Amino acid sequence: MDIHEYQAKKILSDFGVKIPTGGIVYSPENAENKAREIGGSKWVVKAQVHSGARGKAGGIIICNSPLEVADATDKLLGKKLITNQTGPEGKIINRIYIEEATDIKHELYLGLVFDRSSESIMVVASTEGGMSVEEISKEKPETIIRSKIEVAVGIQQFQAREIAFGLGIESKLISRAANTIIGCYKAFSELDATMVEVNPLVVSHQDEILALDCKMSFDNNAMFRRDEIAELRDKTQENSNEVYASDRGMNYVSLDGNIGNIINGAGLAMASMDMIKLAGGEPANFLDVGGGATPEKIVKAFKLISMDTKVKVILVNIFAGINRCDWVAEGIVQALSKIEIKHPLVIRLAGTNVEKGNEILKKSNINYIEASTLEDAANKAVKALG
Amino acid sequence: MSIIIHKNTKILVQGFTGKIGSFHAEEMIKYGSNVVGGVTPGKGGMTHLNLPVFNTVKEAVDQTGASTSILFVPPAFAADSAMEAADAGIKTCVAITDGIPSHDMVKIKRYMRRYPKDKKMGLVGPNCAGIISPGKSMLGIMPGHIYKEGKIGIVSRSGTLGYEAAQQLKDLEIGVSTSVGIGGDPINGSSFRDIIEKFENDDETIAVLMIGEIGGPQEVEAGQFAKEYMSKPVIAYIAGLTAPKGRVMGHAGAIVSAFGESAIEKVELLKECGVTISKNPSVMGETVKKVLVENNLN
Repeated sequence: MDIHEYQAKKILSDFGVKIPTGGIVYSPENAENKAREIGGSKWVVKAQVHSGARGKAGGIIICNSPLEVADATDKLLGKKLITNQTGPEGKIINRIYIEEATDIKHELYLGLVFDRSSESIMVVASTEGGMSVEEISKEKPETIIRSKIEVAVGIQQFQAREIAFGLGIESKLISRAANTIIGCYKAFSELDATMVEVNPLVVSHQDEILALDCKMSFDNNAMFRRDEIAELRDKTQENSNEVYASDRGMNYVSLDGNIGNIINGAGLAMASMDMIKLAGGEPANFLDVGGGATPEKIVKAFKLISMDTKVKVILVNIFAGINRCDWVAEGIVQALSKIEIKHPLVIRLAGTNVEKGNEILKKSNINYIEASTLEDAANKAVKALG
Repeated sequence: MSIIIHKNTKILVQGFTGKIGSFHAEEMIKYGSNVVGGVTPGKGGMTHLNLPVFNTVKEAVDQTGASTSILFVPPAFAADSAMEAADAGIKTCVAITDGIPSHDMVKIKRYMRRYPKDKKMGLVGPNCAGIISPGKSMLGIMPGHIYKEGKIGIVSRSGTLGYEAAQQLKDLEIGVSTSVGIGGDPINGSSFRDIIEKFENDDETIAVLMIGEIGGPQEVEAGQFAKEYMSKPVIAYIAGLTAPKGRVMGHAGAIVSAFGESAIEKVELLKECGVTISKNPSVMGETVKKVLVENNLN
């Protein structure tokens, strides 16, 4: 689960990381007042959307008066911000963060992730803040510092100091920088985060170390014990069909193609999407209805797929194990008696009692195309596009 | 021989009396697995499915001599149960539970390091289908009848894709020595490398089918191991060719976040390691067959 920049910064500041003074607003009038309240002579108006690269997309505006702050807020609020990470549909701007401008001396990069090889928490830092970590790895890989943290004992002062010295921070600011790094580590480890990225982390001309921008992601599997994080979820930043699916316990990812998929199991779902691509088509979605594939789940899945206007053909691919194909077939027949499907439907059943399952489908009055293998199913789905 | 589980392996079910635990324990017993009891804290002394229930894993191990456990405990308590199994001297624990937080998985793995190598538990999963040695024992939630007894080792992240492979092999009259599901989580108990090493050391297994997916370094690490240390052929399929970068595809671990984690990159890196690639998921069985013929193993 992702959260907004202002929420992530608030968390960091609770862990002792310094952030510029700022506040969240929902209207231009609010924005003007907030700018006056913050004081100073220069402000940054920042669109709060779940995406990086907001600056390049026009989502971050520097202003020299409270009136300009109000104008900039007016310009952004309610618009969709299209960045190189949001896709062409963009993301709606409902919240604006107003912040005092920072007098930047150096921009640094600081990120924390799980390292899947060593199964530890990895701190990644670079002197090249402001660029994405992918760009840094490509263009300035020599500037990257990596430090693995032993999770059982957590980050030590010396490790944070080593990173700070590695970033070329002046001696008098080392302990300040080390505490910033430790604060980020604590936020990561104590809140079930999967990613904390401060980019840029800046050294100001006033010798402050500040988190100027921050992205955080959290482990969905840990939300049962993280109410305070779960309530930061902003569903307006997610694809509406994906929200519908996640609210109903389905794993769904919206994609750009036009062949809708209903599949059981994440691996089989990815494999079916691959087959569609190899057959010359494009999947409209990833959907794993779960190992069970109960009739209720199949009904929900058909509802979800029929909400997607891109879909022109639907492909159902179920490998029934413990849940036999005859039972799954009955579920499909039931589902289709409740929902009208206007598109061609390709069904491939496999596994336990496959003959019985196909028999049930044939005897029903549903209009569908039967497929035998994964390849056959994908070919027939692509052909059905016409 | 098969790997990890054999005909007489004594099995405990953790989370035995719950709905899911009961259902799959029954399926395992029907298959012929040697389930000797279960653990549900607070229900010790009861009998369930004609088998004894214990309060603690330690007690269960003392009384039954079980060496192996399967875990159906809900996510919030699963880490604790896995550590309890490790401390009780369980040799292999298969965690079926889906939804264990990553921070908990890291904790479990650190915890297990306190035991010397000969006493250290092997954890398989979580979020996996479990293990089956066809005709001998089933320690998982798979449909046992789709696996024919034989000589191919299967190791897969995905459950259903592993079933798909077993079915394709069976249709070609090729059997399986053992099939291991390692699960779809980013931090898991056993890696592809851990399992293919066991297959390399198993007399019965003649070739290994590895079914991977996008995300993480494990498939490529296994490929590098195969290149350096394995005499047996390895065949691989990697799912997620069409998966967009940065999105989680169902499995918590199926996310491309670094170089070498996409399906195309993994396929290229595996080819460099001498692994034969099944070009699509429909021909996993055929690809295995072809490799067997080429190596005079059929």
